[in-house]
Amino acid sequence: MDALIFSIPISLLLGGIGLAAFFWALRHRQFEDPKGDSERILSPEWDDHPKP
Amino acid sequence: MAALDQVAMRAQVSACPACIAAPAAESLAASAAKKDARLMLSLPMAHCAVCIADVERELARHPGVRSARVNLTLKRVSVDAAPGIEAPALIARLAAIGYEAHELDPDVLSATDADRRGRDILMRIGVSGFAMMNIMLLSVAVWSGAEAATRDLFHWISAAIALPTVVFAGQPFFASAWASLRAGRLGMDVPISLAIVLASSISVFETMQSGRHAYFDAAVMLTFFLLIGRYLDYRTRAVARSAAEELAALEVPRAQLLRDGAETTVPAGSLRPGDLIRLRPGGRLPADGAVVEGTSETDRSLLTGESLPVWAGPGSLLCTGEVNLTGPLTLRVTAAGRDSSLHRMADLVAAAESAKNRYTSLADRMSRLYSPAVHVLAFASFLAWLKISGGDVRLAVNIAAAVLIITCPCALGLAVPAVVTSASGKLFRKGLLIKDGTALERLAEVDTVLFDKTGTLTMGLPEPQNLADLPRADLAVALALAQASSHPLAVALTEAAQTAGVAPAAVTDRREVPGYGIEGHWRGARVRLGRADWVGAETGALTATHLQIGGAAPRAITFADRLRPGAEAAVAAFLAAGKAVHLVSGDTSGAVSALAARLHIPHWHAGALPAQKAALVASLTQAGARVLMVGDGLNDTAALAGAHVSISPASALDAARTAADIVLLGADLAPVAEAVRVAVNARRRIKQNFAISLLYNAVAVPVAMLGFATPFVAALAMSLSSVTVSLNSLRLK
Repeated sequence: MDALIFSIPISLLLGGIGLAAFFWALRHRQFEDPKGDSERILSPEWDDHPKP
Repeated sequence: MAALDQVAMRAQVSACPACIAAPAAESLAASAAKKDARLMLSLPMAHCAVCIADVERELARHPGVRSARVNLTLKRVSVDAAPGIEAPALIARLAAIGYEAHELDPDVLSATDADRRGRDILMRIGVSGFAMMNIMLLSVAVWSGAEAATRDLFHWISAAIALPTVVFAGQPFFASAWASLRAGRLGMDVPISLAIVLASSISVFETMQSGRHAYFDAAVMLTFFLLIGRYLDYRTRAVARSAAEELAALEVPRAQLLRDGAETTVPAGSLRPGDLIRLRPGGRLPADGAVVEGTSETDRSLLTGESLPVWAGPGSLLCTGEVNLTGPLTLRVTAAGRDSSLHRMADLVAAAESAKNRYTSLADRMSRLYSPAVHVLAFASFLAWLKISGGDVRLAVNIAAAVLIITCPCALGLAVPAVVTSASGKLFRKGLLIKDGTALERLAEVDTVLFDKTGTLTMGLPEPQNLADLPRADLAVALALAQASSHPLAVALTEAAQTAGVAPAAVTDRREVPGYGIEGHWRGARVRLGRADWVGAETGALTATHLQIGGAAPRAITFADRLRPGAEAAVAAFLAAGKAVHLVSGDTSGAVSALAARLHIPHWHAGALPAQKAALVASLTQAGARVLMVGDGLNDTAALAGAHVSISPASALDAARTAADIVLLGADLAPVAEAVRVAVNARRRIKQNFAISLLYNAVAVPVAMLGFATPFVAALAMSLSSVTVSLNSLRLK
């Protein structure tokens, strides 16, 4: 049962990272234009170098 | 020292406020002029990756444009540009590469505030989802037989996750429950909040006593599922609101102001009584005014429903919303903005709305039965177990909490929003925008349909009716005269005659007499095409223009409004569905009865004033009918507001669209009949969803009341019923 001492905090930490990533995405308006983003990935315009 | 400085400064300010204020105002004006242009264009045709790249590249090439970003979900592009860049130039640029674009008024679009509320609910869903998953995994250990210290450990960890989550994510429910309690009502949120609070506190107590059952997972799961219902509800309303705002933002009302002989374009909102404005042919009047100079005809069909153009000359009083047809007019503004005749109609609308009794939705009726029943059941099981166990309060409270948790309306909270989201998405794709949450339910109950004529069943575009009766030579003269004018009747006549293969006659000295007609000479005789009184003919009941050749008796060319596409199909579908259909219009009885006969509408009412239309709706409602009003004009607004449910086309005036519950986005009227069918289906689904969740309760509640409910049973019942209800909603066709 000693393993619990490590495994529970680790699982919570990993889940917490996921939650933090969700917060980051919400704050940075990643859900503003879902349809546009799914189309933009098909555009070859900035394939060679990132948009300046 | 500092104090002294302050005194000195104050002295300086009070000595000459203007000296300081003037430069400040100057710099303010300068900074306002330097402010970058932020433009918003609507792109109704954009739909793919190529569109995004095309539009952004093309706009970026325009000198002065710093950046352009397309939002495909909203079909808009926002442009950051140097000062002085105006929308028409960009619109022309996009039109050149084949994209239709319209200017949007960014002030009308209040997307940011709504955004924040949506993100707030999403964040709560994220937190409760995260907590639910973790607690569920910890609970699995308990359910599979963890004992003693291990079980307590898992319970404590669950509590550490669940309590902050419930406090944060449950806030919307607590707030709304508190509000409804203060108002003395027992809404759906009261049992929800009670269940969440009771489940959490009893679980903490049990954990402290090393008890076997803790309901942390149930409390968090409840919050999670109910928040999803809230989000769907919010989302539907936000989509409708932003689309309605976009319709309003599309109209950027402008006026041509005449000052010291110079003409400037100003926003219509800045007009004051006494201003001189110029109105070109084809323009809509931005304020009430009296004609000072020029003669013309005006189209007031949006205001009164009459399709016959009205003569206007010096001294005529015109109302906001009338469209100038032939000659340029100069007007002195008599009333603008809130005082204009357009806004005076608002009183009538307010009266109609207050007369309409508040509609109680299916969900309201359900929660009115449900909330008391839940509380009574929980309290009854508490008392019964207290008696049976001989005063074991801990056991009795545990069982009462289990009853509350199991009956908690997880599925009920999803039953309505899931169906409404799915149905309004379906209707939006068909071109109907549901503005009000309960509009769909009300639409399902409709048994009587009232149509307005001009602009609703007809397009407001005239079509000549009796060209075949005219001699070919006369027609050639009429065509030659009509070609010299841009009056709608002349344009329609030109189009029809050319389609019929008529060649224009050699008419010389053609000139348009604004407000009257067109005049010319043909084979030595004077020829005229225009108003009845101008050529010496009798004014008939139908819209007509008159042709006079020399001294011969004038001939009338009659016109009828072109039908809106889908009008016949919509009326036929309503008649086939056994609904009573009425036609009500402010137009003359000749025009109204002709249209009623053409569409086989059994009941028609002509010459109706706005108040009479509203009275007709009220009398039908009093006779027990559920009225659907379809109208577009200002004269319909009171009837739209008073009807059980109302639809207005997007081409309608802003006031009519605001009064209507549903807006028809396309030109086609056929989806209206389809919408009623979808609404009936949606209501059936909502009722099914209620039945499903009641069925789960009927099974689970006796189990809970008999004391057999474990946290595992609660979790199972809750998630199963929520998932079934959501899936059932998606079946909507």
